[in-house]
Amino acid sequence: MAKGLTKSFKRALWVYHCNSGSCNGCDIEIIAALCPRYDVERFGIRLVGTPRHADVLLVTGPVTRQMEDKVKRVYEQMPDPKAVICVGNCGNTGDVFYESYNLVGPINKILPVDVHVIGCPPRPEAIINAVAKAWVKLETLEAKK
Amino acid sequence: MKQETTTKTSYHIPVGPIHPALKEPVYFEFEISGERIVDVNVKLGHVHRGVEWASRKRNPIQVLYLAERICGICSFCHPAAFTLAVETAADIQVPERAEYLRVIQGELERITSHILWAGVAAHEIGFDTVLYFTWQIREKALDLTEYLTGNRVTKGIMTIGGIRRDITPDMLPRIKKDLNFFKDNFEKLRHIFLDDKTIKMRSQGAGILTKKDALKLCAVGPTTRASGVKKDVRVDTSYFAYGDLDIDYITPDVLTGEVNGDVYDRIIQRLLEVKQSIGLIEQCIDQMPAGDIVSEPKIPKLMNQLKKVNGEGVGRHEAPRGEVIHYVKFDGHSENPYTWKVRAPTYNNILPWIPMLKGEQIADIPIVAASTDPCMSCTNRVAIVNDNKRYELTKEQLHSLSVEKTRRVLK
Repeated sequence: MAKGLTKSFKRALWVYHCNSGSCNGCDIEIIAALCPRYDVERFGIRLVGTPRHADVLLVTGPVTRQMEDKVKRVYEQMPDPKAVICVGNCGNTGDVFYESYNLVGPINKILPVDVHVIGCPPRPEAIINAVAKAWVKLETLEAKK
Repeated sequence: MKQETTTKTSYHIPVGPIHPALKEPVYFEFEISGERIVDVNVKLGHVHRGVEWASRKRNPIQVLYLAERICGICSFCHPAAFTLAVETAADIQVPERAEYLRVIQGELERITSHILWAGVAAHEIGFDTVLYFTWQIREKALDLTEYLTGNRVTKGIMTIGGIRRDITPDMLPRIKKDLNFFKDNFEKLRHIFLDDKTIKMRSQGAGILTKKDALKLCAVGPTTRASGVKKDVRVDTSYFAYGDLDIDYITPDVLTGEVNGDVYDRIIQRLLEVKQSIGLIEQCIDQMPAGDIVSEPKIPKLMNQLKKVNGEGVGRHEAPRGEVIHYVKFDGHSENPYTWKVRAPTYNNILPWIPMLKGEQIADIPIVAASTDPCMSCTNRVAIVNDNKRYELTKEQLHSLSVEKTRRVLK
């Protein structure tokens, strides 16, 4: 899978999860993906506590006005090369909150999103698939160097 | 420059809004003196999505799905309280079978939510083995939810005047098998949480909420019951089929004989409630009468009926975290609600954090904050400002502080 990537990528892909005002539905499915049933750690994918360590940013939620600059700051703190995954319908389209006065989303207005995961919430399998797709992007970026 | 002499003043730690083990952006400001917390301040509003406002443009059936997305973990409670409010306003009679099916869904959600909480609490004190163990059991509960409703998290099972899916006799063996699985594992969980030395040392005497404070600050749900306040909507007002079922208040003294109101009591409280929920589902399966599952299967007809409603209703439901209240008003002109007000249990359980956290150590913040089961989200960064020198405490450092304390108390 990790052809052309540097040595550090071959082992592991570190993910940072940022909640921009989500309902927790996607967040618990992300944690479910880390737990024994789906166990993504066997692929070397793990959640990290700070964006400075992360390769991939998982954003959930429709981005409320208060969270806009915080989400941007999290993205800026991540080292290159990086990929952004938008998890859940509300980050992609607004979903049931689409017309709300307090939203600045969808997320692709704020950050360059690489992989969109739809579903409310998406199943853990879909989230794992999205991370694998982000991996492909990072690979391509690295190959261009 | 001449270095200032250090004085014994307190300093502030802002936590959030991109935050540690809690599940929603929230902002805390701790005033710390040495290792002790002197004062806490909480700021909210980062997840405001204008849900109540959006309801004015939608009809009650559409609002159901909006209500479901207030919180992903309580995705049955909010639609349940909303339907109760609409049914009161429109005076709709719900078939008896639907009432029992609703109890089954509500209690299944309580099991899922409490097991989730048990895992998060174990993670906060650095006991990740238990996190993985509990979440494995939770997957089984999600499988059962998926079997009964078709979805894992947001279920879309409630509807005005009934419920959307029936439980047929051929589904019963599977449900009974899963309930027995929960019972077997409940004993294991009880053993881990109540007899384990590590958990006892970290949770006993930590984050005490006295009965007086619980009453004064209007805490709800397991948080208040663990402090000895007998308050449970399921017993106080017999909505759904709770009136027919054998249910009583649960407080931790049932098991231990005394109420301390600490984190340990809140663990006992939730474990006992899981057991109670399994019992309630079993009772429902035995007692469920045959019959319809919705009062009006034709949605256009139901909508017509709701359009003419001129009145208001209040719906109260005991969510896993406490009492959730919905207020709905219809003006008789439009099919959309004239107003809709939601009061979620976490709103009441935020202020009790202040008496709980005062006087505790920094390392106890995660477990004490998590002990009320706040409806909030992961991720974090903490900045400590001390003598104008700023340094950051990440979620990892906060977590490792907590883990270190576990090791320290074990010695």
